[in-house]
Amino acid sequence: MSVNLFTPQKSSTGRVIRKPRSLLKSLCAIPVSLVLATHIGLVSAADVNTTGLAVTDTEVTVGILHSLTGTMAISETGAQQAEKLAIKQINEMGGILGRQIKIVQEDGASDWPTFAEKSRKLLVQDKVAAVFGAWTSASRKAILPVFEKENGLLYYPTFYEGLEQSKNVIYTGQEATQQILDGLNWVAKEKKAKTFYLIGSDYIWPRTSMKIARKHIENVLGGKVVGEEYKPLGDTQFGSVINKIRLRKPDVIYAAVVGGSNVAWFKQLKAAGITSKKQTLLTISVTEDEVLGIGGENLEGFYSIMKYFQSQDNANNKAFVAAFKEMWGKDSVIGDVTQAAYLGPWLWKAAVEKAGSFDIDKVVAASEEGDIELTTAPEGYVKLDPNHHLWSKARVGQWMKNGQAKVVYESELIKPDPFPEGYQ
Amino acid sequence: MSFIYDKLLGGKSGALGLLVLSILILVVFPLALDGFRLNLIGKYLTYAFAAMSLVLLWGYGGTLSLGQGIFFGLGGYCMAMFLKLEASSPENTAIQSTPGIPDFMDWNQITELPWFWEPFSSFGFTIAAILIVPALFAYIIGVAMFKRRVGGVYFAIITQVIAVILTVLIVGQQGFTGGINGITDLRTLNGWDMTSDSAKYLFYYINCALLITVIVLSRFILTSKFGRLLLAIRDKEDRVRFSGYDVANFKIFIFCFAALVSAIGGAMFTLQVGFMSPSFVGIVPSIEMVIFAAVGGRMSLIGVVYGTLLINFGKTTFSESFPELWLFLMGGTFIAVVMFFPNGLAGLWEEYSTPLMKKIRAKIQPSVTAKPSSSSYETKESK
Repeated sequence: MSVNLFTPQKSSTGRVIRKPRSLLKSLCAIPVSLVLATHIGLVSAADVNTTGLAVTDTEVTVGILHSLTGTMAISETGAQQAEKLAIKQINEMGGILGRQIKIVQEDGASDWPTFAEKSRKLLVQDKVAAVFGAWTSASRKAILPVFEKENGLLYYPTFYEGLEQSKNVIYTGQEATQQILDGLNWVAKEKKAKTFYLIGSDYIWPRTSMKIARKHIENVLGGKVVGEEYKPLGDTQFGSVINKIRLRKPDVIYAAVVGGSNVAWFKQLKAAGITSKKQTLLTISVTEDEVLGIGGENLEGFYSIMKYFQSQDNANNKAFVAAFKEMWGKDSVIGDVTQAAYLGPWLWKAAVEKAGSFDIDKVVAASEEGDIELTTAPEGYVKLDPNHHLWSKARVGQWMKNGQAKVVYESELIKPDPFPEGYQ
Repeated sequence: MSFIYDKLLGGKSGALGLLVLSILILVVFPLALDGFRLNLIGKYLTYAFAAMSLVLLWGYGGTLSLGQGIFFGLGGYCMAMFLKLEASSPENTAIQSTPGIPDFMDWNQITELPWFWEPFSSFGFTIAAILIVPALFAYIIGVAMFKRRVGGVYFAIITQVIAVILTVLIVGQQGFTGGINGITDLRTLNGWDMTSDSAKYLFYYINCALLITVIVLSRFILTSKFGRLLLAIRDKEDRVRFSGYDVANFKIFIFCFAALVSAIGGAMFTLQVGFMSPSFVGIVPSIEMVIFAAVGGRMSLIGVVYGTLLINFGKTTFSESFPELWLFLMGGTFIAVVMFFPNGLAGLWEEYSTPLMKKIRAKIQPSVTAKPSSSSYETKESK
């Protein structure tokens, strides 16, 4: 229990700072360090850190970079909470290579240049050993050149469009094919779907996802796309799309509407009488977080394809949900990305311990050997592929009135394929 | 000599201010700050171009534009298009379905380079475009507005609407513009690594040199007859019109010049930050630019540089130290400035430095022998 003494103190501003240890605490800490040292074979900072990162004999500094303000704050809050939970748990277990993890948190402010500025600050000034952060593709694209230039290490949690594989990024969310293909196969088989109507928000992720979906529908499933439409981010007028959907009568509405637009989209669908009784709808952009805003009654019976749902029934997930609620309040909901963000610090821990070093190049090399796996992941089991993405399962959840999803389908483990042949 | 001193540097106080600013940005900052912080200062100074354009347009011209982001963005996008084409060589983009075009075009199923991208493979054309495209756009808006005597609040609203339209257009046409992600991943300029430390220093100095040039040029405009007419238009537009001047032409000119100054800032921004996105075009950045000008003092070319630096420095520091509180601190700062120093930093300086100077001069005066001849010459000159 005394290991808790090492846990970073949280100041009133929410920033984690390290207070000077009192004499008593230091005295308590000595035997603990000795125990840790003998157990893990503690080596001095110079040996595990040859590139000048912020690593001391007792501490290692990491960065968390999410939007705490601005439009993305609602979505990114869960991710940074999960990352802090994972780091707290790792610290309670004795840290990494005998070192406690200290967090430097920065606010990306939903603004891409701010993300770039803050990531440069984390890497150049704070010399953090890893950064957990970013959410939108736009913010990732903005910070990617910084990570490549300064040779940092980013754990990126969001499901995204693929078409990227950087040496300096570990993608803990699913790339497009892991989410899309199995969902389409499932709906084609279970619902005998032949015609699809594609609708998404107008930016890179929905467009790329729909490109892959269309190719899969037309070339593999032998189905037909009867409409494809994009609405500007934040748009709340779906009347014309709903009229077209009524006219074309697709078997499946396939949706990738993101953020606040979702609330208007599902409410207007319901108002127009398009409910799950008559219409199958499969979305790739709705998690528990969004349902909180949309209201469970407005999308009851519709389907989401994700890799994780809060309702998943396994021991790992039960422990995770309980710990999350204990730390962040019993009303918190946990969506797909929150869970993926939780994996970041654990994957980093596994890679660092395997490499026996915090050096970015060694950690990346250890990550690329294909044998890093997490058996304790809330989603079940994940494995890190040499291409920096995770092997994970796709799951279809059917939404219920209470805002939770019932898992109705689970795939095999899917190999990540960020550059899918035949889908570009 | 007196032409340079009075017209370009703005007399004693202007020359002194410029000297202090030059020493600060050219000597003190590079010596005192590390590469990372200096790069941040460089980024802030690009906003100072936009703030300075508002001094000309709003402080002296009396026409408030809530759309300087348009021109900042146009300049930035022109530069980004050139850099993106360079980054999208067929070798670099071999994994795409169509190699040789920017990556976001490939993601949007575009198979050949759009016609308006073609000329941006030339550096000379790009530089010309950075200067001409925003000025031309401003000219079109200016003719449409000022010739019809649209001004004041209506002009402010219309410029704001244009900023929104341009943002929607850029976001909506993502195959051609990169959409909401913007144009990212710019690495080299004519084959030379833009992200290296030496490049960052070079860009910083070019940026400072351009900034000082623009100050001198603007000062020249403001001290000329044109500048006095501009003030007259601001204070009593009808009288100037009745005196036989075509007011619209003066306004159009200053609007175009302001657009050009903002565009230079935008282009330097792209070079130093390494990407351009629609978040510098819309309402929020445009209004931020007005705030920089207001805090610095909208009648002072040099004051707004300090205003821009102060606000952005505050933004960075507050957000680093208090990630969850910083927006409130920023808001508090704005309210304080507007309530207590309505003329901005420059006004504050005037208020406190002028009496102080007088005191000092009064002390020195008795010891200095009066030179009646030269002082009468000076008064004649100033008339």
